[in-house]
Amino acid sequence: METEDQTLVQDCTTENLEPSPVQDEYAPVIFSQETVSHIVSIDMMSGKEDRGNILRARASGKGVLTSPFKLLKSNHLGVVLTFAVYKTDLPLRAAPEERIKATVGYLGASYDVPSLVEKLLHQLASKQTIVVNVYDTTDASLPINMYGPNITDTGLLHISNLDFGDPARKHEMHCRFKQRPPLPWTAILASVGILVITLLLGHIFHAAVNRIAKVEDDFRKMEDLKSRAEAADRAKSQFLATVSHEIRTPMNGVLGMLQMLMDTDLDANQQDYAQTAHDSGKDLISLINEVLDQAKIESGRLELETVPFNLRTILDNVLSLFSGKSCEKGIELAVYVSYQVPEVIIGDPGRFRQTITNLVGNSIKFTNDKGHVFVSVHVVDELWVGPLGVGDEVLRQGPSNTLSGFPVVNRWKSWENFKILNSTEEKIRLLVTVEDTGVGIPLDAQSRIFTPFMQADSSTSRTYGGTGIGLSVSNCLVNLMEGEIGFVSEPGIGSTFSFTAAFGIGEMISQETKWQKNEISVSEFEGLRALVVDGRTIRAEVVRYHLRRLGISVDVAFSLEYACSYISSSCNGSESAHVAMVLVDRDSWSIETDPTFHNLLEEFRELSRTKYPECPPKIFLLSKTLSSTECHELKSAASVDGIILKPLRLSILVACFQEALGIGKKKLSLSNKRKLPTLENLLKGKRILVVDDNKVNRRVAEGTLKKYGAFVLCVESGKAAIPMLEPPHNFDACFMDLQMPEMDGFEATRQIREMEYKFNEKIEGGEASREMFGNVGSWHTPILAMTADLIQANNEECMKCGMDDYVSKPFEEEQLYSAVARFYQSG
Amino acid sequence: MELGQLQRRFLEYTRSLHADGFLDDQFSQLQQLQDESNPDFVLEVVSLFFEDSEKLLNALSLALDQQTVDFKRIDAHVHQLKGSSSSIGAHRVKNVCIAFRNFCEQQNVEACRGCLQQLKQEYYLVKTKLETLFRLEQQIVAAGGSIPLME
Repeated sequence: METEDQTLVQDCTTENLEPSPVQDEYAPVIFSQETVSHIVSIDMMSGKEDRGNILRARASGKGVLTSPFKLLKSNHLGVVLTFAVYKTDLPLRAAPEERIKATVGYLGASYDVPSLVEKLLHQLASKQTIVVNVYDTTDASLPINMYGPNITDTGLLHISNLDFGDPARKHEMHCRFKQRPPLPWTAILASVGILVITLLLGHIFHAAVNRIAKVEDDFRKMEDLKSRAEAADRAKSQFLATVSHEIRTPMNGVLGMLQMLMDTDLDANQQDYAQTAHDSGKDLISLINEVLDQAKIESGRLELETVPFNLRTILDNVLSLFSGKSCEKGIELAVYVSYQVPEVIIGDPGRFRQTITNLVGNSIKFTNDKGHVFVSVHVVDELWVGPLGVGDEVLRQGPSNTLSGFPVVNRWKSWENFKILNSTEEKIRLLVTVEDTGVGIPLDAQSRIFTPFMQADSSTSRTYGGTGIGLSVSNCLVNLMEGEIGFVSEPGIGSTFSFTAAFGIGEMISQETKWQKNEISVSEFEGLRALVVDGRTIRAEVVRYHLRRLGISVDVAFSLEYACSYISSSCNGSESAHVAMVLVDRDSWSIETDPTFHNLLEEFRELSRTKYPECPPKIFLLSKTLSSTECHELKSAASVDGIILKPLRLSILVACFQEALGIGKKKLSLSNKRKLPTLENLLKGKRILVVDDNKVNRRVAEGTLKKYGAFVLCVESGKAAIPMLEPPHNFDACFMDLQMPEMDGFEATRQIREMEYKFNEKIEGGEASREMFGNVGSWHTPILAMTADLIQANNEECMKCGMDDYVSKPFEEEQLYSAVARFYQSG
Repeated sequence: MELGQLQRRFLEYTRSLHADGFLDDQFSQLQQLQDESNPDFVLEVVSLFFEDSEKLLNALSLALDQQTVDFKRIDAHVHQLKGSSSSIGAHRVKNVCIAFRNFCEQQNVEACRGCLQQLKQEYYLVKTKLETLFRLEQQIVAAGGSIPLME
């Protein structure tokens, strides 16, 4: 037999087995499983372990496990479990001897631990290699490694108990990962990531909350400030409005009183003082109005009207406003409106006038005694052709071709920054330009001029007056009129302001409406032809524009010589070429020395007289305002038919033409309306006796006098009149016809006067009391003669017989008035 | 015809009468004396004139037909006619009267007869014209409009 080591590999092959020596006992294997068939007939007691096991098993009657040893054939480490098989039923607490005696055989099983482990754990498929160790830990201090390599501790250890059935022995299985588990990077990164994200989110949230808190805080502060600012603004507007209103009321009182003062009897000095005070007051009021406008605009409360109006009339009005001032300063003032501008436009005439007045006022203020202020109006569509292609003379302005000859800045620059320069179907856009030859605006001030209360520099207010609001108000008004405003200015040359504004297009007023409105009847001059003599194209264009409004067509000659040749060469005899009037500008005159002009004028007159013998053209001189004496002198010196004073306005032209040409009846209706009230004042309620033999005359006289509010009684002869005028009577006056049959006016009057004389004597003499004769001390009825022939002789005779005055028959308003007034003032 | 047209015709007719010298300013003055308190003033006066003138013209014809012409009488009549025609503004009639008076002074019978003829002619002319004018006026008033005044 081979000696076995308990723990050593037993090299156990069947060939090496020998027949067993003689022993007391044998325990050969009789039956075995096929898998361990190699142990058949091997004496189990030959192995030490097995022997010990067998002995123990039969003694204890329980299953017994060996300590690990090498198994036969497989040489794996394993254990054997042995059970004793007893012959008879043994009581549970039998003594070991009894057990040994009763033993018949043994049952054993070997546990091949490695294969067991491997087979059992075969299904453990894991990514990490698991190291399994099986230990016999019966002796705790000295565990016997039955299976598995000796390896270092890699951390995680799983210990499980193995129970092979023998309580005396303990077995343990240690499972551990072969390698240390790697760091779970995904988990780490993920958790770190999530942590970071959470931190960030937290941070964002925190920041957001903070920000919201801050913003709310700011908001509350702003709200507060805003309400304070609004309150301040409201207070300011209210202050302005109240103060302005409060100032205006006493101011109006002052002005009213001054006006009344001026209407009373004052000497020259006093009149002057009162006038100055009145003017200052008016200036103050207009200043207040401007300031109020500014406030209104700022608070957005300004609204524009939309009514139809005539642009040309408005411009005429503006000219009238400034004609005095411009003449004082010696500046030429002119207006020109292009033909393409419609007659009637819809917009706010008041505000439009205000804007133009503002600009023109500024221009006049800043222009001193030379040059001109020129207002021109065009439709923006006219500009598209460009400065050279434009047909309108005024737009096509050259450097020396200006109204007064003085240089001006290039007007095209003033609107070059405008964005909208076209009209639409409903709205026509007009371009208004105000050009002057004044002192200009200094370059550094040009950016500020539309700012309210800013003036070019601090001395401007002192030198030129004004508050600096005008332009800012104009700016706002222009914006309200959907337009733009711009300017160009050069110090020493002048300034040109331009603005656009949008208007609706109005309908043409028909001729009848014009008539009914008593407007100037254009048809009086329609179709006439005029010749304008002026060296300056633009000025001639201005004259042409005005004459065109009256329906007069115009030819222009540059000097009197040209005019002469024009007259002589114009087509012979054709009516259409007949020149009805010639307008010569004064400058054309002053350029040439007086005698030559005179001669030329004479020559001209001769030519025209021969040309148009029946109706020679009237010659007018266009001149800046002169006093009436100067006018007369000029008229006679130059032997012209009339002098037309500039600035040209329609009303002036019409009046001059009517006077010189004799066209157009005097507006008796107007003069009627004027005189009517005053005649009414004199005649109202008066009792008048009319004496005339002619029925028609009586009726007409009665009607006329009744119109003035008098009570009229008519009698048809002198004879009938005398008893009526016997005192006492109620009549205030008597109109007596002179030529009557039987008793004429003279005789009747004589008799009436005699009657009166007698009565007056009686009263004076005390023969009759005054009460008897209606309390009048001295009877003298005013008797006025009505006569168709107003001859001087008549007058003397009238006076001789006691008449007080005479009037013509039929009554003429003015004469009647003067006669009655004369009487009632002195009487 | 509608109101506007009527009024226009009226104005035009009045203007033509003035332009032709049939009427002068005095007639416009009379028209202006007419108002709501005195709506038929012109008609009244003109009717008086017609009456008066016809009487005078008859008297004149009679006087001139006599064997011995009484120039004083004729002068008085013509003076009357001159007065009334100038009161209503019958311009041409008045002018003829002036000429008539001159001839009366000169005691020129033939000329006077000629003048009478002319006078009658002028009178009838102005009468017709005024009647047309009044008819137009009536039409306007019937249509509810007001009489437009000439300027």
